[in-house]
Amino acid sequence: MLNVTLTPLDLPFTKRPLANGLDVIVHEDHHVPIVAVNIWYHVGSKNERPGMTGFAHLFEHLMFEGSEHHNSGYFPPLQQAGALLNGSTNTDRTNYWEVVPTSALDLALWMESDRMGYLLPALTRARFETQRDVVLNERRQNYENRPYGLAFMAITSSLFPADHPYHWMTIGDVDDLRAMQFEDVQAFFRTYYHPSNASLTIAGDIETGRAFDLAERYFGELAPGVTPARVGATAALSMETRLVLEDRVEMPRLYVAWHSPAMYAPGDAEMDLIGELLTSGKMSRLYRSLVYEKRLALDVSAFQSSRELGSFFILAITATPGRSLTDLAALVDGELQLLADGGPTSAEMERVTAQAEAHFLYRLQSVGGFGGKSDQLNAYNVFRGDPGFFAADIERYRNADAPAIRAAARDTLRGDQRVLLSVVPRGQHALALPGSEPVAVS
Amino acid sequence: MTAVDRSRLPEVGPDPGFRLPDVARHTLANGLAVRTIEHTSVPVITIVVQVDGGTGADPADREGLAAITADMVDEGTGTLSALDVSDALARIGGEYDVDVGPDATVFMLTTLTRFAARGTSLLGDLVIRPSLRDADFDRVRHLRLDRLRQLKDLPPAVAERAFLRMLYGTHPYGHLALGNDRALRAMRVEETARFHAATFQPHRATVIAGGALSHRELFGVVDGAFGAWTGAKDNGHIPTAAAAIEPTARPPRLAVVAREGAAQSELRIGHLSARRNTPDYSALLVMNAVLGGQFVSRINLKLREEKGYTYGARTGFDWHRGLAPFSMQSSVHTAATADAIRDSLNEIDAIRGRRPVTEHELVLAKASLTRGYPRNFETAQQVVRGVAQLALYDLPDTYFEEFVPSTNAVTTDDVTRVATQYLDPGRVTTLVVGDHAAIDESLRGLGLGEPQLLPPDPGQMT
Repeated sequence: MLNVTLTPLDLPFTKRPLANGLDVIVHEDHHVPIVAVNIWYHVGSKNERPGMTGFAHLFEHLMFEGSEHHNSGYFPPLQQAGALLNGSTNTDRTNYWEVVPTSALDLALWMESDRMGYLLPALTRARFETQRDVVLNERRQNYENRPYGLAFMAITSSLFPADHPYHWMTIGDVDDLRAMQFEDVQAFFRTYYHPSNASLTIAGDIETGRAFDLAERYFGELAPGVTPARVGATAALSMETRLVLEDRVEMPRLYVAWHSPAMYAPGDAEMDLIGELLTSGKMSRLYRSLVYEKRLALDVSAFQSSRELGSFFILAITATPGRSLTDLAALVDGELQLLADGGPTSAEMERVTAQAEAHFLYRLQSVGGFGGKSDQLNAYNVFRGDPGFFAADIERYRNADAPAIRAAARDTLRGDQRVLLSVVPRGQHALALPGSEPVAVS
Repeated sequence: MTAVDRSRLPEVGPDPGFRLPDVARHTLANGLAVRTIEHTSVPVITIVVQVDGGTGADPADREGLAAITADMVDEGTGTLSALDVSDALARIGGEYDVDVGPDATVFMLTTLTRFAARGTSLLGDLVIRPSLRDADFDRVRHLRLDRLRQLKDLPPAVAERAFLRMLYGTHPYGHLALGNDRALRAMRVEETARFHAATFQPHRATVIAGGALSHRELFGVVDGAFGAWTGAKDNGHIPTAAAAIEPTARPPRLAVVAREGAAQSELRIGHLSARRNTPDYSALLVMNAVLGGQFVSRINLKLREEKGYTYGARTGFDWHRGLAPFSMQSSVHTAATADAIRDSLNEIDAIRGRRPVTEHELVLAKASLTRGYPRNFETAQQVVRGVAQLALYDLPDTYFEEFVPSTNAVTTDDVTRVATQYLDPGRVTTLVVGDHAAIDESLRGLGLGEPQLLPPDPGQMT
């Protein structure tokens, strides 16, 4: 029961594929003289294989090193034109974006099309090796040298079997990165980086007709490529798994993870709202009970990590000094059981639906960047084949009523099919949940 | 359509015209300064309450007082408990945020336009009349003590704390907002009440409201929420502005916080350098962009792209009202620690004249700062934050208009002059949070003196 009638929630667009298969989507917004160029390649670490991980992400780095007709860094010409730019990789997709003054739209499209069509002639062994070092540093900084930084690795490798595409981290295994062959990197580009596996959104201060003309002009000449076969895989847990990881941390933290409905599947929006109900704000069930009232936990968070092949729902709770993870686990279980038995109250539903509505609106504020309108249109197009899924997306949240949420909690948050990971200070294995097996990650 | 010419990059056209936000100024009868901005793209409104006094207003033995007081603001007001406040904010889809800076504390609420009056009124109640109950205080204080403990495991936070202390000593800018363990343990809720009474006064605050309403409507909403604010009568001791206190000069140092077995070394290199109101602000921005302020800067290209030492390295000025640091920050592979320091110092030195900024670098830096300027005005939140900065640093209403011309007026000579004047490799303090045993010997070879080993919790040192 979202109150959408009072606020215009709309994301209009025009979509037209080029002859080579590139999807082009245009959205006009003339408030500020800027245009967002946003490209998604439907490739992520799920397209890798065991022993050859880290390609998709390393590739994102190589895309900034130069292409045949601009054989030097990708940043200087665009920054000189006043652009903001970046890219990111996850399990399912890789995205690249520029936000440019309207006057530099041609430049951005030239640059993006050149690296889509003509990257390999400029990709040298030296560039590959330098960027591999940069990635190894990124890995040290963001995972190895960060408290709890290896927890996700431990969780996904336990949730998913060794041959499942979500088993490994997008950043890749150190050994795989070191063993990576230049020829394999080139082959990866040929397979996944071409118009038939990409989606281009141009959003902002531009007329629709002119945007399509420009897209045709810069991208129309590129060879189509072969649409790669979709990856399919399923995973399920048959029991509860208890793991312990020793880390350089002061406070023990418990992670609980479950398989959950895939992105946009029935139950996905419900799980998203369950994350809010449990841990968003002081009134949320777990925060209120464990942080606010009992003061047993320092922080608690839970969220649905929506993925293409199957999602996971992760809850993390950090104990205050001297408190036991075992006690916390029992209290968390009690709250989860209450939600599965009784469902949310009407007051809770009013709160989370108001927040959901607001978030849809807030997401309409920016044309570019991660999560901006151009990024959303590409997400809907790549994962749903329909950039117009915005309205249906809101509908999913509108339909997520109390009974649906209760059902999702009951189906997903099962005590007998989950991974429990205790992250404890080094040398203090005893602080983990009883029966936890040490897990080795690096 | 003609075929694309790939022999050269397309020309970039002239910068598109752009209407900067029109900022209206008002003053309420109680002395509260109000600024409003009409921003109509999406039915959203952002309100900022900026109060004079941030971490720099913490009493010497009560580091963290400003931040915990700000944290207490949404813990209840009038008949509303902390839970009620949280519920009320959620019901208007509100995003509430507090930022305790060195000179000011900023409360920000973003909500849907249709909740403008309700949201602003709630924000007013919170800021003007927080309950400051002892039970809430005790809980909040313990959460902050525990967070302080957690920060000991986070290399960037450890580095930040130690580095500020090394640069400033006991000066009020010399600590993080969170404060330290000893001070937090000693603090009492009455002290937050006194701090609130002294600093949360209408004549010490500015409210900025921007969103899809007219100036008149925005003003009405703010007036309704803040018009009756009188401030405490007996407002006690108003802290001396940190900006007015001159930091004492401290000798250059090289120091290490040991983190056994660390995969990377967290680096900070810098010294106190400039104030936000310096007439050389534009030249310093351009100089920093060339040196380490953007991806294609000298230091990032050297350490990341050429040497592969790091995922990224950057330099920057911490702009305060008072004297604040210029510093280089990076996290580098342990084995590359000494080399990364050497290369960074070399770049800091070179831009002062040995390898002055080139015309090409200058053009690139200025263009990257100016041509993308309009994108800073896309959302109500961006605009309101921008206007809050003008208020904080007493910048003129014409600041936004002047930004592009004054940046474009910077010359290569200006850059070399400010680099010489504001950067001094002979004066830098260098801090490493890393594997002491692995790096100690190589650090000795840097010629920066004997590396000093700091205690593991450098927040406590003086």
